[in-house]
Amino acid sequence: MKALSIKNLKKKYANGFEALKGIDLDVAAGDFFALLGPNGAGKSTTIGIISSLVTASSGSVSIFGYDLDAQRAQAKNCIGLVPQEINFSQFETVHNIVFTQAGYYGIPRKQALINTERCLKQMQLWDKKDTVSRRLSGGMKRRVMIARALVHQPRLLILDEPTAGVDIEIRRSMWDLMREVNRQGTTIILTTHYLEEAESLCRNIAIINNGEIVENSNMAQLLSRLHTDHFILDLAQPLAQAPVMNGFDIEWVNENTLNVAVPKTEGLNKLFAELSLQNINVISLKNKSNRLEQLFMDVVDANKGIAK
Amino acid sequence: MNNTIAFKTLLFKEVRRFMRIWPQTLLPPAITTALYFLIFGKLIGDRIGVINGASYMDYIVPGVILMSVISHSYSNVVSSFYSTKFQHHIEELLVAPVPNWIILLGYIGGGVIRGVVVGLVVTAISMLFATLTFQHLGIAIAVLLLTATLFSLAGFINAVFADSFDDISIIPNFILTPLSYLGGVFYSVAMLPGIWQTLSMGNPILYLINAFRFGLIGVTDVDIRIAFAMTIGFIIVLTLFSLYCLHKGIGIKN
Repeated sequence: MKALSIKNLKKKYANGFEALKGIDLDVAAGDFFALLGPNGAGKSTTIGIISSLVTASSGSVSIFGYDLDAQRAQAKNCIGLVPQEINFSQFETVHNIVFTQAGYYGIPRKQALINTERCLKQMQLWDKKDTVSRRLSGGMKRRVMIARALVHQPRLLILDEPTAGVDIEIRRSMWDLMREVNRQGTTIILTTHYLEEAESLCRNIAIINNGEIVENSNMAQLLSRLHTDHFILDLAQPLAQAPVMNGFDIEWVNENTLNVAVPKTEGLNKLFAELSLQNINVISLKNKSNRLEQLFMDVVDANKGIAK
Repeated sequence: MNNTIAFKTLLFKEVRRFMRIWPQTLLPPAITTALYFLIFGKLIGDRIGVINGASYMDYIVPGVILMSVISHSYSNVVSSFYSTKFQHHIEELLVAPVPNWIILLGYIGGGVIRGVVVGLVVTAISMLFATLTFQHLGIAIAVLLLTATLFSLAGFINAVFADSFDDISIIPNFILTPLSYLGGVFYSVAMLPGIWQTLSMGNPILYLINAFRFGLIGVTDVDIRIAFAMTIGFIIVLTLFSLYCLHKGIGIKN
């Protein structure tokens, strides 16, 4: 069963800008799907069309088999949207925001109260239910938007940069919440600029650039395409210059730090063996960049080359 | 999809909004109209005497009530819908399966309720100064509701096309207020010289005020059947245009 099916979707704005150039995309039911792309690539336009905030120029979108044009109400009933920007009334209480949204979906008052309580408790906001929303912290506002998006129990939850601007502790707790929502059967489409977030949460991924899908695959398969890992080594003794080692590309950063590109064919054991041979002691190492970030840059750069 | 629940939700939200800020929405018309009655009715009115068989105070009451209804039903919808656009919480409605006609009905319902509540507040104040006989109560109520509906629709269309807060104050300040004052609130159109009388007959608010005056004190300068036909005609046209704007997403999508 497809949660989302997009066929030849195009969007040209009134100013002539072609945001989408005929994209095709399928998301399976139950998936945790990442939709990535640089700024202005077409992510928000795609999400806007799926959630009826933007009118498509042509093409079709169906949600769990319901055509967004022909069966709009049924399709909309399946979707919950957490937008990028805070978009609830700053003068309403947390409870009213979530409860009112349930009403817009036609949920009777008694059931709406139950759903509101469930969602606010799930988002750890129940003790803030009577707080006027403008008095909430940034992280709490984000959680209000997730609670609001879940109140009608959507089958497809779209998260448009849900953790933008929140601190790492709240981000991690939101990851747990998103995992739990997905585990309970809700399909999730996530856009984010934090690529470690996509790598950690998502099973499938599409990368959009210049209004076209330039990559669409399984996360594990995509990561397996990465041939080289980049590490930063902290050295015990200072070095005046980068050592030369066969098979490794080493960059001298400062006398106590080296950047090393380790091909998967060589591996870390061989690197450490070579370092030992040259009496170089390493205190610690860390990934220079997130693995997905590296791939993302490769894909986007390759696409730029094609576009040129 | 239960449209009744969606409509009630939107309507309650709109009513809650203006009731929450009652010192801004309900108190000012009470004070303003009390001043109108005191200055124009009591202090100046005694020197004017009788118009069309009614005392000047009784004569101006219907117009003052309806002027408040016009400005408050209009401003309720224009400010509420524009704020909803401005703060992007219109998206709460657009992502939900709420039909466009329910969105329109919810906002217009909010504007009508505010117009009627303000009308009742001003009527209560006016009864301290004037003797209202409610000659044709059914007509008065019908005119009140139709007027509130018409100007709520006008406010909605203004909000749809508004790009800034300036845009939502231009029409009330430069069109509605002058038309209201020149619509025979404080005088009978028969008192005007020829050309001004003819020009006044082109002012739709003149018909509404006179029809309402007929309902409250039984006095009118115009045929109230024209007032009803014109108001209903405008309501139909503005409703269709509002639904077209919502369908096309004008001002709210992209």
